Amino acid sequence: MWMAELPAFVPFFIAALLAALSRGVLRATIMLVVPIIGAIQLYLLPETVTVQVVFFDYQLMPYRVDKLSLMFGYLFHLAALIAIIYSLHVRDTLQQVVALLYAGSALGAVFAGDLLTLFVFWECLAFSSVFLIWAGRTQRAYAAGMRYLLVQVLSGLLLLAGAVFYVHDKGTLQFTYLGLQGAAGWLIFIALGIKCAFPMLHNWLTDAYPEATVTGTVLLSAFTTKVAIYALARGYPGTELLVYIGAAMTCFPIFFAVIENDLRRVLAYSMINQLGFMVVGIGIGTALAVNGAIAHAFNDVIFKGLLFMAMGAVLQMTGRINGSDLGGLYKTMPKTTLLCIIGAASISAFPLFSGFVSKSMVMVAALENNFNGVWLLLLFASAGVFHHAGIKIPYFAFFAHDAGLRVSDPPNNMLLAMLIAAVLCIAIGVYPAALYALLPYELAYSPYDATHILTQTQLLFFSALAFVWLNLRGYYPPELRAINLDTDWFYRRFFAAVIVSVFARLTRLDRAIRRHVMAVVYRCLNLLARSNNEGGVLFSRSRPIGSMVMWVAVLLAAYLFISFVEHF
Amino acid sequence: MKNKQATSESKFFFDSAKNIRRVIHCLYGCCAVLLLLEFFIHRHSVHSWEQLWGFYPLYGFVACVALVFAAKWLRTWLMRPEDYYQAGSKLETAKDDNKPGADNVDG
Repeated sequence: MWMAELPAFVPFFIAALLAALSRGVLRATIMLVVPIIGAIQLYLLPETVTVQVVFFDYQLMPYRVDKLSLMFGYLFHLAALIAIIYSLHVRDTLQQVVALLYAGSALGAVFAGDLLTLFVFWECLAFSSVFLIWAGRTQRAYAAGMRYLLVQVLSGLLLLAGAVFYVHDKGTLQFTYLGLQGAAGWLIFIALGIKCAFPMLHNWLTDAYPEATVTGTVLLSAFTTKVAIYALARGYPGTELLVYIGAAMTCFPIFFAVIENDLRRVLAYSMINQLGFMVVGIGIGTALAVNGAIAHAFNDVIFKGLLFMAMGAVLQMTGRINGSDLGGLYKTMPKTTLLCIIGAASISAFPLFSGFVSKSMVMVAALENNFNGVWLLLLFASAGVFHHAGIKIPYFAFFAHDAGLRVSDPPNNMLLAMLIAAVLCIAIGVYPAALYALLPYELAYSPYDATHILTQTQLLFFSALAFVWLNLRGYYPPELRAINLDTDWFYRRFFAAVIVSVFARLTRLDRAIRRHVMAVVYRCLNLLARSNNEGGVLFSRSRPIGSMVMWVAVLLAAYLFISFVEHF
Repeated sequence: MKNKQATSESKFFFDSAKNIRRVIHCLYGCCAVLLLLEFFIHRHSVHSWEQLWGFYPLYGFVACVALVFAAKWLRTWLMRPEDYYQAGSKLETAKDDNKPGADNVDG
């Protein structure tokens, strides 16, 4: 029984401590065993578990297992296992310990039954994950990590402020349906929105993830944003605003992804696009839509992880990640190429691959609930995601023009991790019932009917045709050594420039005031000096003591004279 | 064929223009078949647009072409040199545009 009440994050935190104290094979074994044991423990749990403690006057629930949190619990164990296998070759205590802490924090957050516990793990997520960026150990990575940390901590503070308002209004901290009511609802909504990469709040993701280490990006892509999706599904299902936010999230990143050169940054944009589908599903709020959102989160962790792993392998082996510097790698990295294509097919939602069985749930739900415009946007985004993630990623990395790089496939542990992810992509695509059984709502849904298969295949093949046509005609934008401005321009350039100019003005003003005050002081000093210096009327230093004695003598003589005259 | 040694400069699959043409023609063939299949497969649809002949293929093609042209146009506004943020920023002036990579790897 004690096993059931042991929160899922505890084994990970203990393992992090043990990993810090051990090394070599022992550390690797600890890291591999923890997610497996954790997953078994979750499997053996009864349907619902809650652990409650009293903290001052408030009832806290640091551990709550129900179908929704359990789904994410399984997902995070799986993602942690894959990422750990992928990083087995890394000899860096910092990264390995932080990986366990990060995965543990994500588990703590999804099993948190109250807002205070959620806040604690929310901040743990930020402070552990930033080290995966800093572990790049370059100035760039340091700066990007700093920007990332600031945004994440801001999100945490908004969550805390929201929790304070919530407990004031409702008298409880329990994390259930919140809705956009009052200050609490909005503050928490924005806090989740930052972590979930809502439009205009999204830039931390595309800024920081591509700067992390090869293995760090894989971990980062799995946890933070999915915790936010979980929290939205718990607190804001059926919030119509989310449908429109989600639709915007599916569409705007694909434009950036098409012209972006850094292939890991392309994937980061593509990640926002996939998150958009989930946000739309949560916003629609019907059983089918929320199930679809959660199933898509599950699949996204796996196929996006696979794509990040494939690009990580390319970066690791070639030292390059820009589309303009790559190409022709299929010749010497055939296994990575194949695995990457499986990931690309999954994210593009080809029938028999995992993306198909979850994305279609959200699309159908959008149509059934009369969100026609949104449905058209989602369809546009589906074609777009195939274009930039499905074709562009494998094409520019492994095909396109031969960059002359002749590197081999990555180490076996990396290949194994990618293989596991690829097998899961296909397995879920072929047999979706296994995934559907884990979903929180009971639902009979079958993605495989002739209409769905035909329409989706048509959409994808004609998108591919468009790619070929644009390429043959020379209309396709070439990969250029350049970056593209995004909202980070505001805080990296605009605000920086504003602050610099404001400080320049303040400095000038400050200098003027000082000059003025000093002038007054000097004038006073001069006055004193004049009266003291040579020729000064009263206290001149240069007047000899003798003159004073003489004056005293004169005074005495006068006094004597006056008193003498008086007596007559 | 693809597994040949890295050093050998032998022909790979896509080194021959003929193979590339074959793949592209294969794609054309698939597209044509998918278009024709609409006559044989009865489609149930929720939305009236879905019932239009060739709606999905046309939408997919037009969406992608529009996407690419729009993105190209965006480049005129958004594209900056690679060292855009490094130039003038004290925090990032260090000349290391190396991506984090193999330096953490043993062996």
